Amino acid sequence: MYTERVVEHFRHPHNMGKMRDYSAVGRVGNILCGDVMWLYIRVGTDTAGREIIADVSWETFGCTAAIATSSMVSDLAKGKTLDEAISISNRDVADELGGLPPVKMHCSGLAADALSEAITEYLTSKGRPVPPALAARHEHIQKDMAKLEERYKVFLDRDATKGKDAGAAPSCS
Amino acid sequence: MPERVYLDNSATTPVAPEVFAAMAPYYREMYGNASSLHSFGREARRAVDAARAAVATSLAVKPEEIVFTSGATEADNLAIVGAALARASRGHIVTSRIEHDAVLRATESLGALGFESSLVEVDAAGRVDPEAVRRALRDDTFLVSIMAGNNEIGTLQPIGEIGRMCRERGILFHTDAVQALGKVDVPIRDVDMLSASAHKMNGPKGVGFLYVRRGTRLAPLSHGGGHERGRRSGTENVPGIVGLAASLELSLAERDEVVARMRGFRRRLLEDVLRLPGSRLNGAAEDSLPHIANFSFAAIEGESLIMKLDEAGIAASTGSACSSPNLEPSHVLVAIGVPLSMAHGSLRISTGRDTTEAEMDRLLEALPGAVGELRAMSPFKVGE
Repeated sequence: MYTERVVEHFRHPHNMGKMRDYSAVGRVGNILCGDVMWLYIRVGTDTAGREIIADVSWETFGCTAAIATSSMVSDLAKGKTLDEAISISNRDVADELGGLPPVKMHCSGLAADALSEAITEYLTSKGRPVPPALAARHEHIQKDMAKLEERYKVFLDRDATKGKDAGAAPSCS
Repeated sequence: MPERVYLDNSATTPVAPEVFAAMAPYYREMYGNASSLHSFGREARRAVDAARAAVATSLAVKPEEIVFTSGATEADNLAIVGAALARASRGHIVTSRIEHDAVLRATESLGALGFESSLVEVDAAGRVDPEAVRRALRDDTFLVSIMAGNNEIGTLQPIGEIGRMCRERGILFHTDAVQALGKVDVPIRDVDMLSASAHKMNGPKGVGFLYVRRGTRLAPLSHGGGHERGRRSGTENVPGIVGLAASLELSLAERDEVVARMRGFRRRLLEDVLRLPGSRLNGAAEDSLPHIANFSFAAIEGESLIMKLDEAGIAASTGSACSSPNLEPSHVLVAIGVPLSMAHGSLRISTGRDTTEAEMDRLLEALPGAVGELRAMSPFKVGE
């Protein structure tokens, strides 16, 4: 079901753990849904004076794919300029892992989302303008998370008398 | 790599050597169609008849009350849909929130035909209260289906009590006894229909049976040559049926010894696993099937725990959403009120007739490390 690269990253994850001196953190996912990813970035400058992601690390609660994508997105982002890092997509993460099972594709989305959320937070905290594409993505991610929470509230409040429809968990994909 | 350890016996079991030996001649030597008139057919028919008699004797029922099927899913469907379609009018079915999908989906499918159903809630240990079943009954209730022992958490159900209550009211009672048969006493006199499967008791996959009490009206779901007294058409799976009978006889013959071992393993699991911080038992400490123990671990996700254990050569399973094709957490864990955050971190250990103390050692050595490694990756911390 999983590619060898997925299993390899799961068994020996890169850049795992909390970062002490981080510049920003992107928090995505929902524990009720079964995956939560916190991605820390420390922003520095390279020899040419460009802002880069000098260090990155993560903490993830989730399945094999969620952990492998956390590891992979951290590899992809490390040392990249902010612009380069912003352009890392779900597809890039999945492709670098040699693909993911269709049902697990949302995990790669979570990893890319965590990175873009961290960059958004960094720019915002510095009082700098957030590029329109990134701002739109931020809004989309936040809306999705709010929607999930709302759906789960219904789920948690489910009434025994409502029958099977109320008993089914919402899909997290 | 050391020997692998198989602790997923409620998913399936290996075929016991004596069962395999009993089946073998029916593949290449006595391969006749049991419906044929010639000697090949007659020897196959004798084997099917003998298997039916053996199953009936094991259960203390009559041979004509046994309908061989392709497994328990088919048996559950035949019981529920068959009983519904045999009626002249629509009606109401009562079942529980923690039934196997075969029962839940079969019941649900009847909704399209105008049948109605109620799902009885269970308590925190996963037990169905007979009183709750009684309250769910309506004037038009014609069938109650409650499993004998739960496949995910092991909780045993008071099916004798529920069955007797149904009989007093003239309502059919079906039980899915897939996990219970051969492990615990199933009060078959209080049951009208019972589903079972060979591969859960060291028999072959793809064969099971439905016990149908004499006088129970059942419409067939598969139509054809009129096999199984018109209840299930299709050429008999002769080697499978022989294997089913052999596996049932074997599991009953060694039950006391095997179950005593399983109980010991389960006690040890409950004691040792629950010492880990942030762990909980899902199900009942007592009143449980002997071979199933289900735990949850805070701050980690079950699918990755299965992968970690697999790395150590240990096979178990989880009710985590991420292991299911639809990304939904187990309906059983949700029904017993496991907080959703913990429902994702579940681990089901199920032992079998071949499980050894040394294999339990292997699991209990590997588990704390696997849980610890995943917790080290998790943003959620567990208080010591």
